[in-house]
Amino acid sequence: MDDITTLKKKADEMRCNVLRMLHHAKSGHAGGALGMADILTVLYYRYLRHDPTHPDWEERDRFLLSNGHTSPMLYAILADQRYFPDEEIWKLRRLGGMLQGHPSTVWELPGIEVSSGSLGNGLSVAVGMALAAKLDQKGYRVFCQISDAECQAGQPWEAATAAVHYRLDNLCVFLDWNHCQIDGHTEDVMDVGDLAAKWAAFGWQVHEIDGHNYDEIITAFDSFERAGGSDKPTLFAAHTILGKGVSFMEDDHNWHHGAPNDAQLKEALAALHADR
Amino acid sequence: MAEVRSAMTREAYGRALVEVGKEDDRIVVLTADLAGSTHTKYFADAFPNRFFNMGVAEPNMMGVAAGLAMSGKRPFASTFAVFAAGKPWEQIRQVIAYPRVPVRIVATHAGLTVGEDGASHQMLEDVGIMRILPNMNVIVPADANETTAVIKFIARFDEGPVYVRLSRAASPVVFDEPPPFEFPAAKVLSPGNDISIFGCGIMVSAALEACRHLAEEKISAEVINVSSIKPLDSETIITSAAKTKAVLTVEEHQISGGLGSAICELLAEELPTRVMRIGVRDRFGQSGKAEQLLAHYGLSAQRITTAAKGMLVNITQQAYPRRLRKKVANG
Repeated sequence: MDDITTLKKKADEMRCNVLRMLHHAKSGHAGGALGMADILTVLYYRYLRHDPTHPDWEERDRFLLSNGHTSPMLYAILADQRYFPDEEIWKLRRLGGMLQGHPSTVWELPGIEVSSGSLGNGLSVAVGMALAAKLDQKGYRVFCQISDAECQAGQPWEAATAAVHYRLDNLCVFLDWNHCQIDGHTEDVMDVGDLAAKWAAFGWQVHEIDGHNYDEIITAFDSFERAGGSDKPTLFAAHTILGKGVSFMEDDHNWHHGAPNDAQLKEALAALHADR
Repeated sequence: MAEVRSAMTREAYGRALVEVGKEDDRIVVLTADLAGSTHTKYFADAFPNRFFNMGVAEPNMMGVAAGLAMSGKRPFASTFAVFAAGKPWEQIRQVIAYPRVPVRIVATHAGLTVGEDGASHQMLEDVGIMRILPNMNVIVPADANETTAVIKFIARFDEGPVYVRLSRAASPVVFDEPPPFEFPAAKVLSPGNDISIFGCGIMVSAALEACRHLAEEKISAEVINVSSIKPLDSETIITSAAKTKAVLTVEEHQISGGLGSAICELLAEELPTRVMRIGVRDRFGQSGKAEQLLAHYGLSAQRITTAAKGMLVNITQQAYPRRLRKKVANG
């Protein structure tokens, strides 16, 4: 899927599916899921080397969602790519369903690489996988999504240090920099400062981009693909908007979690369709 | 009495790692700035490409170990027990225990016998906080030779994560050579009829010594080495308790959460039995020599002997078989 118009259309379709899933589940985290729609759509429909019919293919690129609460967007994309039957998405957050509130490998949902939900953990596992690829001299890449508020924890910085030390240029991290977290704006809760500068200072190749601008997203992915042999891990410092695409959710931390009611779903779907 | 030889379990670990590393290139080893102390340095020297020093960053080390295991490696992650079980407990829960990822966490420097470094480094709660995690297996080898057997066993064990608890100081040798090991592991080392003494780790040799003292007083103690606290060998434990009807547990750990708790939980449900737990009683450690600390906190053969006798007298005064009442009275 190469042309930007088609990708954008797909991202909005995924946003609609996320909202329908959450509306049906009556709970979940809407804001962050919508905010990462564009980068994840470009990843899954253009760059990720994978095979939904063989989710355990050894040479596949890995995608790890560290801020696991935004999983509905990943679920929507995996369902759309036929990793699992569509009807599973209506069992989101239900007893016995594979689509757990936070992603889990335990329930054997194809396409899920790591159990996440406790913020700060995912990047370390991604470092382990990237290290294994280097050890085995395999060409797969490891992608990992983290959030700005996760950078308030210590562990991502431990992982950041290790990724540089072990020269993991096969590792690419998307920093979902939306300035929002459950208690409010990041600047008010615990200011993390200039994350692009901080990651660069740790020795990462940083691409500061607008996380909703397809030209910038694609340029960043292309740079990462060209960077093999650079010895440096890559980070997209992606300025994103919580709830992107649904005006009443945008940049409102109250939508960190929460599912749309009937009226909100109708309004949101109308807005996203109108956007096309 | 036979001469007591001593050896370091961590040294045995380091040697065994090299052996299993030779046979299997999926074995990778991680440490958090403690390659020398944990003796993983032997592996680092033999297989530098498969050794990863993660610096003083234990939470990250556990996550990286999980990622390696999920990519087909067989990782061992080692540091001191206080940093292996305590600091990254959350990471172990989330990315190792919950998804049942086979990471081998081998912790050295557990318990009071860390010695002079004091309470901050004397981990006395690790068995409890590891055992409570679903999917986690917990092993406490009795000596250096059993450590060798355990490391060879877990190198091939891919069914889930394992926590192995080792010591800093050299401890008495219990086994002349590496004994057979498989789950669940509890072995009768010295059979007896009057009281069951369940021990783990360095306290197994103390239990055997106590057993000899008790024999001199005509008390027949059965000593069982409970190497795997989880899975617990309930059959061996219940069989022994059913025979002796008096149980003593001995461990270099808090009396809460560890071996004593595990056995109490089992017996309370399956075969209510009189139990006395010997261990550290809800206190932190302090600086001192290893042997001084063991004596100070009541972890000695002498204390086990006294406790066993006291327990039998106590039981005898209530309702205990005539043969034993006589035996204790005469003893």
